[in-house]
Amino acid sequence: MRTAVFKIWRGDENGGNFVDYTTEISEGMVVLDAVHDIQAKQANDLACRWNCKAGRCGSCSAEINGMPKLMCMTRLDELPLDEPVTIEPMRAFPRIRDLATDLSWNYRVKKRIKKFKPRPPDAPDGTWRVTQADIDRVREFRKCIECFLCQDVCHVLREHHKHEEFVGPRFLVHVAGLEMHPLDTEDRLTELKRAGGIGYCNITKCCTKVCPESITITDNAIIPLKERVVDEFYDPLGTLLKLFRPKS
Amino acid sequence: MSYANVSLKQRSFGETMRRGAWWAQPLLVFLGLSTFLVYSTWAAFQGTHYWLDQNGANYLSPFYSPEIFGSSPHAFFGSKPAWWPSWLLFSPALLVLWAPAGFRLTCYYYRGAYYKAFWADPPACAVGEPRKGYLGENSFPLIMQNIHRYFLYLAILFILILAHDAWNAMWFSDAAGSKHFGIGVGTIVLTVNVILLGSYTFGCHSLRHLIGGFLDEISKAPVCAKSYSCVSCLNRRHMLWAWTSLFWVGFSDLYVRLCSMGIWHDWKIL
Repeated sequence: MRTAVFKIWRGDENGGNFVDYTTEISEGMVVLDAVHDIQAKQANDLACRWNCKAGRCGSCSAEINGMPKLMCMTRLDELPLDEPVTIEPMRAFPRIRDLATDLSWNYRVKKRIKKFKPRPPDAPDGTWRVTQADIDRVREFRKCIECFLCQDVCHVLREHHKHEEFVGPRFLVHVAGLEMHPLDTEDRLTELKRAGGIGYCNITKCCTKVCPESITITDNAIIPLKERVVDEFYDPLGTLLKLFRPKS
Repeated sequence: MSYANVSLKQRSFGETMRRGAWWAQPLLVFLGLSTFLVYSTWAAFQGTHYWLDQNGANYLSPFYSPEIFGSSPHAFFGSKPAWWPSWLLFSPALLVLWAPAGFRLTCYYYRGAYYKAFWADPPACAVGEPRKGYLGENSFPLIMQNIHRYFLYLAILFILILAHDAWNAMWFSDAAGSKHFGIGVGTIVLTVNVILLGSYTFGCHSLRHLIGGFLDEISKAPVCAKSYSCVSCLNRRHMLWAWTSLFWVGFSDLYVRLCSMGIWHDWKIL
């Protein structure tokens, strides 16, 4: 049977290093299978989050050969196995142990975003009427599995650690899903510009590249939000024209 | 917002665990944009050989269009004005090129590309950066990128003018001075140029927003919905249009220039 070498980062918040593990591999295996095999036979104390093994839960996010990926969706036959495969925890978040990182910052950010606030119901039975075309645009954003790979690859968080000032691509997608929703009446643009720090995004499209759900994060969520911020704060001509636009 | 409880080390410039030639794409962007920048600057300062009227042809280089003042028959207001300061270099291209240059400079695609290729911010995804500080587009000078839509308005005007130039390139003069329809290689070059530039301009992210993207219930405005759909269709290939149109506008100038200099000869097909 063929074998492959995996360099897995072992350590905690105080530091650590890569440890080499050689394990048997077979056709159809993904990186998470190899990690489980190593965990079962060679390193019972290896910490690693996982749940569905099907790319649905977003738990097994890690950096494989330097790129943020889901371990359960990265097939070994996609990787060059003539050299060791490196597996390390996400760099944008504090390390807890081995491959597990502290993601709690993300949940704190989400709590502060203004919630969905629908307009009054369209029908007496308390329901609304929405056309399919209008809802299709925001459906893409609902595909997010919160794996936080986009947060991890974003250099504003990863390299510059602007966690205090920038919410990151995941929450820009979340805000886009709310702001563009045909029923929503809440205004989040001021919050997006100030506390959300949308201006920090410099459109590298790395978030789009790593999204396992193929959400077009930059083109369909972030740039349209940037344009809405321009409407509100940086477009004097548009503001002037709005004064003459008939009120709907 | 006080969210963070994060203490992480920044990596050094170029540090990464990535395999393969991650540097190839930013390098290609750097070389591509630098080549265009050098050529277009050189061509803009020449002030000569930017139109072709030999063999009845009627071609104007897109770098010099619209020609506000200049020595070609295409000039709107005649030759160089008398009030132009003698110490200031004059070229018709310098009067107009700032507008398409500003459109490309503030374009969402190019911003992402040149931040990586010229400023290494970041050099590539998941690769260490050279600087510790970062302001992004949140403060001056990069906050000025938000004027992109104003350059878009100008770019649309330029597309109309370039389309008129391509139309003019279909009409050849004979010895008696009358015009007749014809197609030369230059006609095709200038027509392809306006098609590529149009595809780039009409796939702009700002236009996508202004034409209908700003609406949450776009289905209530059918014209906006159809326009949004068309712009979105072009927008999906925005990078492709950005590069092909950049290459072709440079080639169009080169074609007119070399024909005008007598190095190449325009072949009349029809």
